[in-house]
Amino acid sequence: MTKKTYRQAINEAIASEMRRDHRVIVMGEDNAGGMGAPGEDDAWGGVLGVTKGLQPEFGRDRVLDTPISESAFIGAAAGAAATGLRPIAELMFVDFMGVCFDQIFNQAAKFRYMFGGKAVTPLVIRTMYGAGFRAASQHSQCLYPIFTHIPGLKVVLPSSPYEAKGLMIQAIRDDDPVIFFEHKVMYDDTGDVPDESYTIPFGEANLTREGDDVTIVAFGRMVNFANQAADEMKRDGIAATVIDPRTTSPLDTETILDSVAETGRLVVVDEAHPRCSMAADISRLVAEEAFDALKAPIKTVTPPHSPVPFSPALEDLYVPNPARIREAVQAVMAAN
Amino acid sequence: MQHSREFLLDSYRRMATIRRFEDRVHDEFAGGKIPGFVHLYAGEEASAVGVCSHLENRDVIASTHRGHGHCIAKGCDVGDMMKEIYGRRSGLCSGKGGSMHIADLSKGMLGANGIVGGGPPLICGAALTAKYLKTGGVAVAFVGDGGSNQGTTLESYNLAKIWNLPVIFVVEDNGYAESTASAWSVGGSQTGRAAGFGMPSAEVDGFDFFAVHDAARDMVERARKGGGPSLLHVKLMRFYGHFEGDAMTYRGPGEVARLREEKDSLKIFRGKVTAAGLLQDHELDIVEEEITDLIDGAVRAAETDVFPTAADLLTDVYVRY
Repeated sequence: MTKKTYRQAINEAIASEMRRDHRVIVMGEDNAGGMGAPGEDDAWGGVLGVTKGLQPEFGRDRVLDTPISESAFIGAAAGAAATGLRPIAELMFVDFMGVCFDQIFNQAAKFRYMFGGKAVTPLVIRTMYGAGFRAASQHSQCLYPIFTHIPGLKVVLPSSPYEAKGLMIQAIRDDDPVIFFEHKVMYDDTGDVPDESYTIPFGEANLTREGDDVTIVAFGRMVNFANQAADEMKRDGIAATVIDPRTTSPLDTETILDSVAETGRLVVVDEAHPRCSMAADISRLVAEEAFDALKAPIKTVTPPHSPVPFSPALEDLYVPNPARIREAVQAVMAAN
Repeated sequence: MQHSREFLLDSYRRMATIRRFEDRVHDEFAGGKIPGFVHLYAGEEASAVGVCSHLENRDVIASTHRGHGHCIAKGCDVGDMMKEIYGRRSGLCSGKGGSMHIADLSKGMLGANGIVGGGPPLICGAALTAKYLKTGGVAVAFVGDGGSNQGTTLESYNLAKIWNLPVIFVVEDNGYAESTASAWSVGGSQTGRAAGFGMPSAEVDGFDFFAVHDAARDMVERARKGGGPSLLHVKLMRFYGHFEGDAMTYRGPGEVARLREEKDSLKIFRGKVTAAGLLQDHELDIVEEEITDLIDGAVRAAETDVFPTAADLLTDVYVRY
């Protein structure tokens, strides 16, 4: 095992799959950077450096810089996927889905169904999400519930460098369109990541903590906060199970329901806006399927129903944190 | 005209197949046999066939909501198309797509499209595949005058140009985006827009198969040789409404009758080839009779095919889930 960052893990996954399969190509704004400009080639390697080094190794035919024209190149990636390539397109910030969403949800997501099972669309869309970067309302949203809502898409939320590499390799090898959410605050997080290739299957949740008292389901960066809260509460004698579903679509409902059946208490931690969110979705699931097992009302920990604020003073109030998770757990433990 | 008899008969057959197919869908829809809604291509046949007669299976097209003509021109099976429009289980898309989503990737038909302007970005991708895999293929995006105003289309002009993709954008300007005149809705001109993106372009009479065919030849050859994208502005009009049931109150008095009388692409084709002594009327009449049988058979087969069942509802959402 080698310590690697979340950024390195994703880069390594892409590079190894590009070596393995010549049909894998990369495209996006500044993925190499400096295209047509007088300075260095591979000037940026992506706005936060995730694709650095790919163009020098694989060339301009396989690492394509694009104009700022998301509808055209995200759609081109979908069309290329349906005709024989395995593109990895970068939608720099998921907030930019607004200028290209048709190509994702009306086109790529529906080809297979609309065409009677005759289309295969092995497309990966990498995108940055999440608050905490002081990036304000149009560069900080989560929005993965919107993609999760669409049949035909798979939605991946890696919570660590190890998860990022295995899930990215799975995403590239997967024959369905996959939206791969990278939390921008996590790129410098480090963890053990094997040098060799490995895949993590979609739809199989990971239990990052195990305990009998309460089930905490958390997504993406929130898994780390939930782990932190669980470790702190352990000192107070509360044993929490933390479930990282890894993918919101497909969703491992069985692991969640089994855990709630044992603990009888559920807290869902979701960085997305609270309405029609994963928090709402998991709550609905458990209320419908495991109501009798519940010893206390379900609690959700989410941001408020507001845009992401800019000022650090406000953004810190906005994003869920371990203290709020502890409060929610204490509330469900108190009810009885 | 330097065309073989075989080519001329085949081109006429494809155009007439589109016309009879659409006329029949019009009748059957009016009779309540076809669910949903349909947008008919009758009147525009010379465009689809004029362009697609340059194409092979390795070449990919993307179509519009008015897609039946492009499907037939690209070689989709007429019987399977009819079943699809009837929503039947052995339709070309197993009854899950319907009129607006007919596709057959094995024929290079990347789909009709319910989203106006949905196709051009996809076609850039198909062209990228052809270029990257060096198949020698080209890709054609058909859009209407309505679609020509979508940002997706204009973005695709730019992407195709800077990536030097083997794309032909065919703007089928039938005069109306739904009920709104293209003379009002299109700023500048289609060829002027192409020039703005550094693309060669041409404007042709879309009722004249030979005009379309000749203009498209240069563009397809250029794309195949790595010369990049171009744009063909095809001026034509549709015989029917935007959708079936459209009362066409936006059209002028006698407009459609005049159109059918003076601008029928089949009559124009027939007039040209018989006047030049290349084909005889009776040869074209035989083709018409064969097509009548083909369409009759397609409707009978569609009417008797089974509907999809509950077991089909959730298949093919994903390859694996």
